[in-house]
Amino acid sequence: MSQAISGEERYKSGVIPYKKMGYWEPDYQVKDTDIIALFRITPQEGVDPEEAAAAVAGESSTATWTVVWTDRLTACELYRAKAYRVDPVPNTGPGTKVDQQYFAYIAYDLDLFEPGSIANLTASIIGNVFGFKAVKGLRLEDMRIPVAYLKTFQGPATGVVVERERLDKFGRPLLGATTKPKLGLSGRNYGRVVYEALKGGLDFVKDDENINSQPFMHWRDRYLYCMEAVNRASAATGEVKGHYLNVTAGTMEEMYERAEFAKSLGSVIIMIDLVIGYTAIQSMAKWARKNDMILHLHRAGNSTYSRQKNHGMNFRVICKWMRMAGVDHIHAGTVVGKLEGDPLMIKGFYDTLRETRTEQSLEHGLFFDQDWASLNKVMPVASGGIHAGQMHQLLTYLGEDVVLQFGGGTIGHPMGIQAGATANRVALEAMVQARNEGVDIWNEGPKVLDKAAKWCQPLQMALETWKDITFNYASTDTPDFVPTPETTV
Amino acid sequence: MRLTQGQFSFLPDLSDDQIKAQIEYAVQNGWAVNVEFTDDPHPRNTYWEMWDLPMFDLRDPAGALLEVNNCRKAYPNHYIRVTAFDNSRGWETPRMSFIVNRPKEEPGFRLDRQEVDSRAIRYTIHSYATDKPAGDRYQ
Repeated sequence: MSQAISGEERYKSGVIPYKKMGYWEPDYQVKDTDIIALFRITPQEGVDPEEAAAAVAGESSTATWTVVWTDRLTACELYRAKAYRVDPVPNTGPGTKVDQQYFAYIAYDLDLFEPGSIANLTASIIGNVFGFKAVKGLRLEDMRIPVAYLKTFQGPATGVVVERERLDKFGRPLLGATTKPKLGLSGRNYGRVVYEALKGGLDFVKDDENINSQPFMHWRDRYLYCMEAVNRASAATGEVKGHYLNVTAGTMEEMYERAEFAKSLGSVIIMIDLVIGYTAIQSMAKWARKNDMILHLHRAGNSTYSRQKNHGMNFRVICKWMRMAGVDHIHAGTVVGKLEGDPLMIKGFYDTLRETRTEQSLEHGLFFDQDWASLNKVMPVASGGIHAGQMHQLLTYLGEDVVLQFGGGTIGHPMGIQAGATANRVALEAMVQARNEGVDIWNEGPKVLDKAAKWCQPLQMALETWKDITFNYASTDTPDFVPTPETTV
Repeated sequence: MRLTQGQFSFLPDLSDDQIKAQIEYAVQNGWAVNVEFTDDPHPRNTYWEMWDLPMFDLRDPAGALLEVNNCRKAYPNHYIRVTAFDNSRGWETPRMSFIVNRPKEEPGFRLDRQEVDSRAIRYTIHSYATDKPAGDRYQ
């Protein structure tokens, strides 16, 4: 029950618990236009969960630590965020190795936020509260973004559908690779890697997140050599090809300058890093829409706050914000590769990026129904420690609308980069063909690959080289709920 | 050269049975299959000629294969592709596209470079086949 006090009593100078200030409203009826945030809260000793939730609601909306009379000049009941539900997190607390945690549901009125601004949204939701003393740990797990708010965002500049139409590539995942070594190559040598990989069969090659403009290779040089490589490969194969030219730089002015140069050279795609910040990302997304450019986002930096379960934010929230902000590609995990990724969690990320609507699915970490209001679909990118021998697993886990990026798995091929690229493309096409023919690729996948390797020597070499490479470490970001016939949460 | 547009160009040319199996996959998904042909395989040549309208009401993949083969008879030395269109909301675009016929000789493309200001180059991809007028290519 609400413990809010009202009238004169409520506004006496001094300090009263957040619960009593109106930030805990268990009877609150959530409106369709409300933004909902779900936090995982670890309260300090002696702080009850409702008070902790109310404190988070307060500090992420209108409250300060003490009562202020100026609240009474406003429609403050509307502007207060309302914690309306607190559930204990399964498998936490007494008898387990972790402190008791709670899922707190907090509703925010639409008018708390500026239209079309991720910066404004996040300044409230993750602005101050994460350093708040009343909680030991706080993690933003999920958000429900109402259609009314989504409609104020551009969304992906290009989207999966138009990207495929522009590239004339349908019916299979796209293939990419990141140029390696990531640092130290001159522009001329760098372009060689790009040309070999594209001619061998990849659709895209990519700059790495930290390739910008360093003493060993300045950006203009890289762009010029990469575009020579792209066009040569395109003429050699008759396919549209691309290289993600990273335009990340120290200022917006420099990023625009690089993006304009990429456009003038005829590149179909540019890239940015998550570390440039939400506003810069939105600006580049607007630029990309205006200039017919596909916009690739590398999630550089996200693991600093997304990996630990007790504090920070879940990557699925980044996926939502980035779909709103307007990127076309985002790295979202591989399941089988070298980077963090539980299969169920990654399905939740991929669905968030690609579906027109997602239903609540606790086992995938999706706490709310989410209608994407016709915002374009984002193409997830699977990158990091994957190789041709895993093709059946990749296709099963990640589906068709994904860029599979084999960096080492292309460039490290014993017969050279072109052979590495060909191995990946043959493995991919053979697997898609088999799946479409009704083959159970999860179980028969290795046979499909072996069969193709009989006539494709590069594939045979790839399978031999990497046959035993797996990354079997336990994930840190795992589901809290196991599937049951009936959910009680 | 071998043109590698389409989703299966790195595999050996598909047999009739393999083509039928892919058409069946499209039909099962509710996608409309279309046969298209061209003598200009430039990567930006989006609109290949339609053999006929997309087969919206087709249930039997053998019927589509028949159209593939009719098109092959009429244009044995052209590029022919099968495209599957999905009309569901959120897609409304091709979901499959694969080549089912190629000319005996594939001359490929020339890359033309126009050196412009600074070190920048404007690139143009030129399809050798289009040196001859339509109808006279790939004889």
